[in-house]
Amino acid sequence: MSTAAKSSSFSAGRIILYILLLLFCIYYLLPLYVMVVNSLKPLSEITAGGMMALPRDWTAAPWFSAWSTAQVGVEATGLRPYFLNSIIMVVPAVALSTLVGALNGYVLTKWAFKGSTILFGLLLFGCFIPFQMVLIPMARMLGLMGLAGSVPGLIFVHFVYGIGFSTLYFRNYYAAFPTELVRAAQIDGAGFFRIFWRILLPSSGPIAVVCIIWQFTNIWNDFLFGASFSDFDSQPMTVALNNLVQSSTGVKEYNVHFAGAIMAALPTLLVYIVAGRYFVRGLMAGSVKG
Amino acid sequence: MSISETANPRGSVVDRLRDALPKLVLSPTVAIVAIFVYGFIFFTLYLSFTDSRILPSFGWVGWKNFENLFRIRAWDTAVWNLVIFGSLYIVVCCVLGLLLAILLDQRIRAEGFIRTIYLYPMALSFIVTGVAWKWFLDPGIGIEAVVQGWGWTSFEFNWIKDREMAIYTIVIAAVWQTSGFVMAMFLAGLRGIDSEMMKAAQIDGASTFALYRRIVIPQLRPAFMSAFVVLAHMAIKSYDLVIALTGGGPGTATELPATFMYSYTFTRNQMGIGAASAVIMLMTIAAIIVPYLWSELREKK
Repeated sequence: MSTAAKSSSFSAGRIILYILLLLFCIYYLLPLYVMVVNSLKPLSEITAGGMMALPRDWTAAPWFSAWSTAQVGVEATGLRPYFLNSIIMVVPAVALSTLVGALNGYVLTKWAFKGSTILFGLLLFGCFIPFQMVLIPMARMLGLMGLAGSVPGLIFVHFVYGIGFSTLYFRNYYAAFPTELVRAAQIDGAGFFRIFWRILLPSSGPIAVVCIIWQFTNIWNDFLFGASFSDFDSQPMTVALNNLVQSSTGVKEYNVHFAGAIMAALPTLLVYIVAGRYFVRGLMAGSVKG
Repeated sequence: MSISETANPRGSVVDRLRDALPKLVLSPTVAIVAIFVYGFIFFTLYLSFTDSRILPSFGWVGWKNFENLFRIRAWDTAVWNLVIFGSLYIVVCCVLGLLLAILLDQRIRAEGFIRTIYLYPMALSFIVTGVAWKWFLDPGIGIEAVVQGWGWTSFEFNWIKDREMAIYTIVIAAVWQTSGFVMAMFLAGLRGIDSEMMKAAQIDGASTFALYRRIVIPQLRPAFMSAFVVLAHMAIKSYDLVIALTGGGPGTATELPATFMYSYTFTRNQMGIGAASAVIMLMTIAAIIVPYLWSELREKK
């Protein structure tokens, strides 16, 4: 649909249009530019009012500092241990919640039973609750399970609250999958898991990618659970970054902060650049109807 | 449409087990949701009626926590901030998102590339966004200092340090992060509009502006609905961005319900009041989400 088809060649209107689009590009890219440029210059250039300028002395020192020597909280470990924490936390949480979501979606569409829609609605509501509502009991529960303040505890929390969205994705995807194929396989004597494994799973590639990207982005970027349920040595990257920026006593090393911020952003940004199409699909399916 | 009923000739144990298999597979999820979502909701709800302080305790105090909550000035600030932040955030995101979607819908060269640029902030953590904008808006080193360095020495932009204006810096950063997403929602809506109708109106000589106002925008109602629900629920849950950008300050100037809940529960040891504030947050979100989910799920039947 286009209303400008009649004037798709150059005209004053088109030029204004492109200028507007360009201005918005600058608006969205500006903070990224600020982060990158200032992470590559000495602190003195920033404090002298040169935030928007390109570095005069290019230096990678802020990156090394942010990665391995900067003061995060009480220890001068840099962000490296926390980056690793985030990876160790994200991988199992994403894998588990995606797998369970796929099975749930399969049951809810191909083996639907009385009340399964209501059940799904209840599950879905769990995605939207303010997590402030579960912080207190979850803190106790993790204590009872012996997982308080640990990375496995965070894995568990993210798995639990990730199931809702992963089920949503797979349910909506499998709903469009022809039920006749499932029935035919059943008449041929295929069982529950065999049908899932042989018929549905092989065609689940796209939705699995959507789901994995969504869960990865959400869990990597989480702050609330990380801040509530981690100890000094089990903090995820977002919490450590916040500590780095807020806690610096004495001189504020802005260039190190910016380098750290880029490090925290890099994994999700890479995923977005490589698989943006799936990322957008996940966003839309998570909000608009599937 | 249950398949299991057709495949149930006899009730031997194996058969029954096989019939129960789908429900068995679903049961861990049901248990998890029952405990960790609804059980926990009821637990926190119960705590909001108790005298819990540093630890949960079960002495019943009735509505006292709620009465006290609404007498606390910080809560009052938090609620008002949420009203200001939430309404501006939703309105600006929708206006900007719609504008960008319409601009991009004019057969633009490199549309995909531009869309990627508009949407990338959505992949970032709010903590990253907060850090970037915190220093960008900082009067000491950010745009104020930069513009002054360019020669306009009387230029001032210190909202982030100003009690009256600080809440608007949260809006600025949040809009930057989410408006591209709203654009994507509207763009999807625009692409779904019947092009026959558009052509007919164009032949009738309708101007582009009238076309959008009369035909296009009214048809975007579902997209507006989704955008509203998503944005409202994000606004109510906003926590990370405030922590990273202003830490709730200066003073309590940018406190939101989510930050209030956290500080009262975990640092001020007023768990009963913290729980009561969480309950209010849940009720607000439920008022928006439940009707939405209800209509979405019912339509599909």
